Amino acid sequence: MARRLTASRRRYGETLIRFALMACAAVSVVTTVGIVVALLEPSIEFFREVPVGEYLTGTDWSPLFEPSSFGVLPLVVGTLTTTFWACVVALPFGLGAAIYMSEYAGPRARRWLKPALEVLAGIPTVVFGYFALTAVTPFLQDIGLPVEIFNALSAGLVMGVMILPTVASLSDDAMTAVPMALREGAYGLGASKLAVSTRVVVPAALSGIVASFVLGISRAVGETMIVAIAAGAQPTVTFNPYEAVQTMTAYIAQVGIGDVPTGSLEYKTIFAVGATLFVATLIMNIVSIRLVRKYREVYE
Amino acid sequence: MPTEQIMESPEQAITESPRPDRPTTKVETRRPGDAPLGRAEPIFEVRDVGVSYDANPAVRNITLDIGHNRITALIGPSGCGKSTLIRCFNRMNDLIPSAKVDGSILYHGQDLYGAGVDPVEVRKLIGMVFQKPNPFPKSIYDNIAFGPRVIGMPGDMDGIVERALKRAALWTEVKDRLKENAYRLSGGQQQRLCIARCLAVEPDVILMDEPCSALDPIATSRIEDLMLELKRDYSIVIVTHNMQQAARVSDMTAVLMPEVRDGDMTVGHIVEYAETNKIFTNPDNKRTEEYITGRVG
Amino acid sequence: MSAAGRVVGGASTRDRVMGLAFQGLLIFSLLVGFATLILLFIDVAGDGLGKLSWDFISSFPYSLPARAGIQSPLVGTILLMILVALFAVPIGVGAALYLEEYADRDRWYNRAIEINIQNLAAVPSIVYGILGLAFLVRGLGLGRVLLAGALTLTLLVLPIVIIASREAIRAVPDSIREGALALGATRWQTIQRQILPAAVPGIATGSILALSRAIGETAPLILIGAIVFVPFNPSGLDSPFTALPIQIFNWTTRPQEEFKLLAAAAIIVLLGLLLTMNAFAIWLRNKYQRRW
Repeated sequence: MARRLTASRRRYGETLIRFALMACAAVSVVTTVGIVVALLEPSIEFFREVPVGEYLTGTDWSPLFEPSSFGVLPLVVGTLTTTFWACVVALPFGLGAAIYMSEYAGPRARRWLKPALEVLAGIPTVVFGYFALTAVTPFLQDIGLPVEIFNALSAGLVMGVMILPTVASLSDDAMTAVPMALREGAYGLGASKLAVSTRVVVPAALSGIVASFVLGISRAVGETMIVAIAAGAQPTVTFNPYEAVQTMTAYIAQVGIGDVPTGSLEYKTIFAVGATLFVATLIMNIVSIRLVRKYREVYE
Repeated sequence: MPTEQIMESPEQAITESPRPDRPTTKVETRRPGDAPLGRAEPIFEVRDVGVSYDANPAVRNITLDIGHNRITALIGPSGCGKSTLIRCFNRMNDLIPSAKVDGSILYHGQDLYGAGVDPVEVRKLIGMVFQKPNPFPKSIYDNIAFGPRVIGMPGDMDGIVERALKRAALWTEVKDRLKENAYRLSGGQQQRLCIARCLAVEPDVILMDEPCSALDPIATSRIEDLMLELKRDYSIVIVTHNMQQAARVSDMTAVLMPEVRDGDMTVGHIVEYAETNKIFTNPDNKRTEEYITGRVG
Repeated sequence: MSAAGRVVGGASTRDRVMGLAFQGLLIFSLLVGFATLILLFIDVAGDGLGKLSWDFISSFPYSLPARAGIQSPLVGTILLMILVALFAVPIGVGAALYLEEYADRDRWYNRAIEINIQNLAAVPSIVYGILGLAFLVRGLGLGRVLLAGALTLTLLVLPIVIIASREAIRAVPDSIREGALALGATRWQTIQRQILPAAVPGIATGSILALSRAIGETAPLILIGAIVFVPFNPSGLDSPFTALPIQIFNWTTRPQEEFKLLAAAAIIVLLGLLLTMNAFAIWLRNKYQRRW
């Protein structure tokens, strides 16, 4: 009377589908491996010709001209300068926006605030670059700052606005994850909203907020178009925001636009600088992901 | 004991569904003082079964026979592993990677966990109704039709759906709105829908994991009546934390109790398994008596 | 003031002033973002609206600004969008299904895949360009063609599609899965007939947002070699191509003022395209999203 418990035919379809789906997930792994291999091989060849010491400490970057020189510091300093000014805008104001959204704004306000910030985040970076060059730089000149046509400050400030939604969104997530019970305890003791926000919620959400900062910095470091358009193509070691600089990303773009023979040393600089960039952002991304995991574990 | 039937007559349900494999046992509802049940042919033979999650045991040393065309109740306080145990019968514990099942469960003499056994086939024969009604986000019709469609049941789908709904005592209430979304039904109706859905694939056994705990008393009583009707054609195992429910509907009752291991870990095991009458009037085990009388929760 | 008076009387003036000042600071933070957004729109509209015309959209890029248009960049962008959708959505949804429905979370390699995807979502877009350059343009020898651009952008947005799809799939309650499996459905039958249909609105919304990201990207295409002066529409997957962001970049960096105005007009078209896509995504989400 009992029917068989074994399948009437082997379920090959199921196994096949499982493999197909696993292959899709493996594409992401292949991508990472691809990035590493793509960067590693030419970089190794590059560093056979250019000593790592000279690369990392040299202050003259002119690989495309004679006599060529391969010190990457000007590019790194350019990246740091623009990133610094981006952070001046993005970190405090991003956090401020997040505190407002999570502690002060009513549910109706939140409903359009978050999408509005997403609009800001969705603007293509080339559009921001246009804005930096054609509006921000003239404005800074108009208010009396001695900025050149291409300068680190315009690019940095606009980059900051571009990153602001990322910082705000992630910090807001971290703060809304803090349980109401913590706030209620403080309000119950008679604390003001200012005190509760800054002394209870922000410290409780700190790892998430720091994660958002780190991610914002990472995005600033990796950003290309705004700096390529507005910051300049002159690699110099200077922290002066009024001068033109060149970032690592802008340099890579510059070489990409030009017609550089494959296999030449100049061609390999794409990969060497790219590798430097990748390693820097990778470290920051991993730190940020760890921090997010930490606060998620606590509250979820 | 149920008195009024608020649905179609059960004879109608039986005659409309030719079930050549099922001996139509004449089963009566049991009252205290009735003569003991005859020995039923066992549908499940459970021998020394234990379940552990990542080496933390949840139940141990479970040994009992589940009888054919009987309602067997698993009762006991929360945390003693009743749900874990019942999920062994249809291999739903397979879905939890950390779960490990020891011992053997024979279904009509075949080892449920034997090599080559396909859990999908097992679940076609051994169906389950869950604690919280879980209809699919589809129409009533498509909810019932899902099972037959995926297992490739031949036949006229309209007829299959109608039969299942009639057997679950839901047909008259929904026959004019089969295309409506299932979520618009009340809780009790949704649960009967889930029962109909389970019946549509023509299982042999119905497992019920606290099927009435999310329902109001009226819906509960309708489902209990339904259970007594379904007993004629199916074997039912029900987990319930409601002792009175076990006393009302079941023929056999197994009492599980937690045993405290180190710290807060509790492992469930059977303290007594006997006819329901006996469990509730004259149990052998002291712990059973304490639980029944409410001295122990 | 007595203690009772302090409680009943409310906050001190100093506290109230500081509270308001703080709130003002926070609102200012919000305004920094929104004001910039508005100023940006005004700047672009002011520069570009004058140049916007049907001629502009139907002409090809040209060395004289008076006759230059965006037909080939626009066509290139739209073709890229279609191709990226064709590649990224199936692979992304497939990966998401694997991670949510099949992968055992305890296995190290499955956890590694998850972390890997999170990392990839934050890799600078120009690095994807380098990847495409090394493997697709030079490695596989595809050359600076439409297919290389589409594949590179696919890899760029794949993590976004995966993450959004995973959320949509995860939102489907386990009780539905259990119900289906308990009836004797196989894993794939459950996915195909219950989980995917329920997750489609979320997946669609996430995919559209990923596509908007893809068509706004410039840096990867620069390295792939989306040549700027392409006065013809791409003839096939193996044809040279250009895209709106590339054209905008090129015109912006020209010294002549005329070209900057053309860039602004092209920006308006690009933003219009993005706005339409995002509005559609939001409409989809509001209309079809199920609240479990």
